[in-house]
Amino acid sequence: MTILRLENLCHVYGRGTPFEKKALNGVSLDLLSGQYTALIGHTGSGKSTLIQHMNGLLKPSDGRVLFEGEDIFRSKEATHNIRFQVGLVFQYPEHQLFEETVWRDIAFGPGNMGLRQDEIDERVREAADFTGIPEELFGASPLELSGGQKRRVAIAGVIAMRPRLLILDEPTAGLDPAGCADILDNIDRYHRETGAAILLVTHSMEEAARRADRLLVLSEGKIVMDGLPNEVFSHAEKLRGMGLDIPAPTLLALRLRELGVPVSPSVFTAEQLRDELLALRKGDSLC
Amino acid sequence: MLKDITLGQFFPGYTIVHRLDPRTKILSVVFYIAALFTAVSYVSYAFMFLVLCLCVGLSRIRPAALLKGLKPLLFILILTSLLNLFGTQGRVIFEVWILRITWEGLRNAVFMTARIMMLVCGTFLLTYTTSPLALTDGLEQLLSPLKKLRVPIHELSMMMSIALRFIPTLIEETDKIMSAQRARGADFETGSLARRAKALLPILVPLFVSAFRRADELAVAMECRCYHGGEGRTRMKVLTMQRRDYLTLLFWFFVLAMVIVLAVFGL
Repeated sequence: MTILRLENLCHVYGRGTPFEKKALNGVSLDLLSGQYTALIGHTGSGKSTLIQHMNGLLKPSDGRVLFEGEDIFRSKEATHNIRFQVGLVFQYPEHQLFEETVWRDIAFGPGNMGLRQDEIDERVREAADFTGIPEELFGASPLELSGGQKRRVAIAGVIAMRPRLLILDEPTAGLDPAGCADILDNIDRYHRETGAAILLVTHSMEEAARRADRLLVLSEGKIVMDGLPNEVFSHAEKLRGMGLDIPAPTLLALRLRELGVPVSPSVFTAEQLRDELLALRKGDSLC
Repeated sequence: MLKDITLGQFFPGYTIVHRLDPRTKILSVVFYIAALFTAVSYVSYAFMFLVLCLCVGLSRIRPAALLKGLKPLLFILILTSLLNLFGTQGRVIFEVWILRITWEGLRNAVFMTARIMMLVCGTFLLTYTTSPLALTDGLEQLLSPLKKLRVPIHELSMMMSIALRFIPTLIEETDKIMSAQRARGADFETGSLARRAKALLPILVPLFVSAFRRADELAVAMECRCYHGGEGRTRMKVLTMQRRDYLTLLFWFFVLAMVIVLAVFGL
């Protein structure tokens, strides 16, 4: 079932000025409920502009955004309420923390929804659990936490609204590898346990390939590829032409094929490549 | 909406006005303001208006851009003209209830409005045609005699250039934080004044935090490059006065003299 539909979305910045720039150029897209989608694209391809249309922060110059079949811009109230259904985590979300305590910062979103105090408390605890924030930290000032912890609190602040579609703009930027994996595991858990749809904007092809069921490639304001991760990565040359990196294991597999080793070109994790190669050795077809 | 702020904005160009030494331009503005306050008659105002038009024309700045800078002043303009219009004694044109319009009031209102508008346009022309860096350099050079009186001129001008440099950065940051809080359902547009003021807290706190963080980073970066204040510091681009600068200053002497002569003859 479609949860969010974009119809011929266009966005022009600075219309009528010398700085006019077409950021989105006719994007049509269906996001399905419960689907884990990854969005990749070069810097300046329009990713951030695109996701800000999905919760009504930006109004399209042309085209429509439909959440469960209804235009999110039909009234001011609808546009405001859509933000509780479509949660958007910005890049470096820890820069938005402002409350005196972690608990109160996470409660900001649910508070804006007008929920009762006990329900707010329940949601804060749930969101903290999803993002791995221990209860001892509830009373701490968010500004005193480490970078990774701050990021978790900020993500919890969006999850606490229980969005049915959770959009994350490079949630792992600037974290160490262990911190990256932790955050993505937390998001996986939210996805699995609540059945919410996820849209992950990322630079890392490996992350995208490992976690997502569907991969979207945005280039110059247009969706140029849309499919299963292995389908998309099989167009390695095209991706590289758009200035995108393909996962290192895929690259290695493609090189091996050039040398005549019959490994599948649609591997994208180190484990898959290892299994492929081991299978080949068992079959003794390695030259 | 925040992007509409024109304060400290610079339109790059390569006209004669852009290429003048910043010190010349600052002094020109001083002369211009002095002349504007000396002007008392229609003739002298018309003369000053012509001078302003000449400068705008030479700088190739679109007049619309200058008028846009006047928008925030609309309230002050209306207020001063109304106060002058109704608050001046003299020959009555007409009278309703306690409101009385006089010939003198009308004249004052017109002059005050014209003076403020021309004042603002002239100073905006300076910031539009001079990069913030050149502007602070020029100011530092002009004020350097005050160093003998132990006024920390270099430090003041460094503070000014840093402040100007960070205005667009902080505006961008504010936009981002506002979007992030809106995404969490914050509402900045509806509700009572008190409620709206309270709604600003989620913007102001992160903004201050990030301003302090940036200040910290900048201080470290400056120290890493051995910045230790103005003493013994040399410049890559040394300001030098050219023939065009002296001619410009001569022109402004002439303008000021002209306005004084007009005032003396009561024209």
